[in-house]
Amino acid sequence: MSDIPILTLLTFLPLFGAVLILSIRGDDEIVARNSRWTALWTSAINFIVSLYLWFKFDKTTADFQFVEKIDWMAQFNISYHMGVDGISLLFVLLTTLLTPICILASWESIKDRVKEYMIAFLILETFMVGMFCALDLVVFYIFFEAVLIPMFLIIGIWGGERRVYAAFKLFLYTLLGSVLMLLAMLAMYFDAGTTDMVALMKHSFPVGMQPWLWLAFMASFAVKVPMWPVHTWLPDAHVEAPTAGSVILAGVLLKFGGYGFLRFSLPMFPDASVMFTPLIFTLSIVAVIYTSLVALAQEDMKKLIAYSSIAHMGFVTAGAFSLNRFGIEGAIYQMLSHGVVSAALFLIVGVVYDRMHSRDISVYGGLVHRMPAYSMVFMLFMLASIGLPGTGGFVGEFLVLVGLFQINTWVAALATTGVVLGAAYMLYLYRRVIFGQLTKESLMKITDMTAREWAVFAPLIILTLWMGIYPTSFLDFMHVSVENLITQVETGLTAGR
Amino acid sequence: MPMAQVPELVPATPEIFLAVIILVLLMFGVFQKDDGVEGEAKTARLTSWLTVICLGLAAMMVINVGGARMIVFSDMFVSDSFAVFCKILVLIGAGATLIIAQGFLSRHDMARFEYPILILFASLGMMMMLSANDLISLYVGLEMQSLSLYVLASLRRDDARASEAGLKYFVLGALASGMLLYGSSLIYGFAGSTNFDQLAAVFMHAGEHGPSLGVIFGIVFILAGLAFKVSAVPFHMWTPDVYEGAPTPVTAFFAIAPKIAALGLLIRVMVGPFGELVAEWQQIVVFISIASMLLGAFAAINQTNIKRLMAYSSIGHVGYALIGVAVGNEAGVQGVLVYLSIYVVMNVGTFACILCMRRGERMVENINDLAGFGKSHPMLAAALTIFMFSLAGIPPLAGFFGKLVVFMAAIDAHLYGLAVIGVLASVIGAFYYLRIIRIMYFDTLEEPLDKPVDKQLSMMIGVTSLLIVLFFLHPSPVLQSAKAAAASLFAG
Repeated sequence: MSDIPILTLLTFLPLFGAVLILSIRGDDEIVARNSRWTALWTSAINFIVSLYLWFKFDKTTADFQFVEKIDWMAQFNISYHMGVDGISLLFVLLTTLLTPICILASWESIKDRVKEYMIAFLILETFMVGMFCALDLVVFYIFFEAVLIPMFLIIGIWGGERRVYAAFKLFLYTLLGSVLMLLAMLAMYFDAGTTDMVALMKHSFPVGMQPWLWLAFMASFAVKVPMWPVHTWLPDAHVEAPTAGSVILAGVLLKFGGYGFLRFSLPMFPDASVMFTPLIFTLSIVAVIYTSLVALAQEDMKKLIAYSSIAHMGFVTAGAFSLNRFGIEGAIYQMLSHGVVSAALFLIVGVVYDRMHSRDISVYGGLVHRMPAYSMVFMLFMLASIGLPGTGGFVGEFLVLVGLFQINTWVAALATTGVVLGAAYMLYLYRRVIFGQLTKESLMKITDMTAREWAVFAPLIILTLWMGIYPTSFLDFMHVSVENLITQVETGLTAGR
Repeated sequence: MPMAQVPELVPATPEIFLAVIILVLLMFGVFQKDDGVEGEAKTARLTSWLTVICLGLAAMMVINVGGARMIVFSDMFVSDSFAVFCKILVLIGAGATLIIAQGFLSRHDMARFEYPILILFASLGMMMMLSANDLISLYVGLEMQSLSLYVLASLRRDDARASEAGLKYFVLGALASGMLLYGSSLIYGFAGSTNFDQLAAVFMHAGEHGPSLGVIFGIVFILAGLAFKVSAVPFHMWTPDVYEGAPTPVTAFFAIAPKIAALGLLIRVMVGPFGELVAEWQQIVVFISIASMLLGAFAAINQTNIKRLMAYSSIGHVGYALIGVAVGNEAGVQGVLVYLSIYVVMNVGTFACILCMRRGERMVENINDLAGFGKSHPMLAAALTIFMFSLAGIPPLAGFFGKLVVFMAAIDAHLYGLAVIGVLASVIGAFYYLRIIRIMYFDTLEEPLDKPVDKQLSMMIGVTSLLIVLFFLHPSPVLQSAKAAAASLFAG
């Protein structure tokens, strides 16, 4: 227990920054510069504050820590309840890390309405951090869905050519899933008499009710993850979003779904989870293989990475439902490493996009001759995405496959083909963009990475290698909470009323 | 009776006060000596502000009357916390729409002192509706309100669209009143009373046979008449035309105060005298609710006129509110009241934004004229965005909480089908609210709208948008008072 309401501080500090930016006055140039700096400082300070969690977190208990609880809508027994455990803690840190990186990445690429952009990004951070910390259904739902507002605006205002279509698709797909989840939450509230998530995890829902609740939550999380066949919004959103929008989308928003499965579906509806495991496995395998093949055929770099995200998320869902320690820890680890790696890949695309204003693979080729440092960074993250040992991507995939192998050899075997396909499309992409002769006239003057771009990539490079070389420092946070989660599922299964 | 009783006037003080004020202001307007257009406008402005002040005073009196249940005037008039809650909403809605109307009225040669007085008349009628405890006082209040509204709709006599709107409203409204009256007479014929308390007692002792067919018919007719007044599907046809044709401030008023009054009345009638017959009317309300939500969502998609769009939006919102009525218990009524409170704020703000849409001293109503609004009027566009997201029910804005409470009641009452259709309709509805945001921000600037915005408008927009954004900080007061108001209906 700490005395400072650290999670509230973390959640609402960016909002405070947004209010500060709102009050900036002056001519356009000054407003833009001050907005950028204010946003960067706010998010950087927020990251530093969040490191407090890293150091003060007690890894020996599965209980929620840094808990805050205040009455909110007392009449309905709904309270503002925040806390983190080993599952959510690292996601909070991922969010606070990626936000300043995103702001730095949009330093020069966003020239229009900088003030509004920065406000939207800081508000987005508030909602994302709040989502991972919320321990009350209603609070969770509010943060979960509120994310749509800034995301819709970021894609719609600062996006590419088909931005309107992409923004609407993102919004309506996600909303459709979430409203069903809202109804399920209300049904849970009336069955258990509380919206407190800690209490709900101990509550056993009637076996007849669980499948419905599970499906309603699935509707929401499957869209967020996204799982095949409701993944089609993701390539559109990624392609049209500004670079930083893609980064935050791939880095954090996609984790909402996987986090949701671990936080709600598994511990609260264990019977339904076991019942629907074959469904999840099937969808995950289809996602892994099908979207990998689709990725192989892409001509647009962002679209390719978007499809690879869906494939990687397939590992996450399969791992989460393997219901053993390896699978679940692997799923969490895969989400974290994907958060870093795919964010970096989108930034890599952003680097050349800022110079050439094109994402077509065919525009590039032979970049290694003019951009050696860039090629180096690209290679690292390309290999991390494939899952090369020594990078963060390997640990997650390996653990998931180990977990899957224990329960179903076929699923494990099919999932492994995804790794091979992943190597195929990433290497193919890399060959076409980086290698070969530098023949294209337009590329003759392209410049290598600037200092600002190095600053963007440096933390991600360090983190990827760290996650690959010494995963224990991250896995240690999860062990107890994951054990606890598995116990909850097992007791839930036997207790079923 | 030992002695002739002095009639107990206290519960009706706000109504009596308003009636006196109306007469005084009417005299004031008639005898005002200032001649010419200038003088008329001055009188109108003065009357309007006096009216706003009086509406505020009336609201204070309503609060002063308090939530105790009091029945006076030969059991025709009831005052309880439900009435108090709804009356305050009505008075706030009427006052706010009058404030935002000022600029428009003076700019369009409509600054006449009759305008605020008609609003006062309508408000008085609505307050009587909300306090009705008898089918007769119900009808009197309703007609007083409706007649004022008909006149308001066609206040611009020289405008063909406004006259058409007024006439349409009148003809269809009269039909609805007729149905209501017919239903009331059937009820009287088969149950033997027009008093709500006596009716409730009759139905409570109806025994196993249940109510007679005549009573059911009567309820259906009354429901149809009231559904017309709240513009619920299938009695909604007049709404888009009237909303479009009437002058914009009048539309704003239509969208807010009469909706609250009519819904309040609907609740009082349904859970009061007919509370025992929930099983008989629940199906009807469920149907009306579903139809309104779906039509509101689908029909609005293709609208280009923002007033028509708001008309369909209001039909949809009535559908959501009716979910609470269909539930028919305390939680449901509480849901409706919370929903309505938030609805008032959102609509005042939205219509204030619509009133800002001018180009060269002319109002523009096509939503495509909002293109580039985000660039030319950043603050206004931000406010309208907030209202649109709130109308769509996206958290953490206030509109979400309205929906949350209503759906909570529906799930608690096991009306799962209704709730699922409701949320799906809200997703479809989100589409057209988002479309407005899209036009403001994503589309490029063509011909910018006029820059200077009336002071009252920007003030009202500021207040309402802050209320919408900050509602989540402390929702308890609204929830609690709505709960108390709902409880007062079920106390007896």
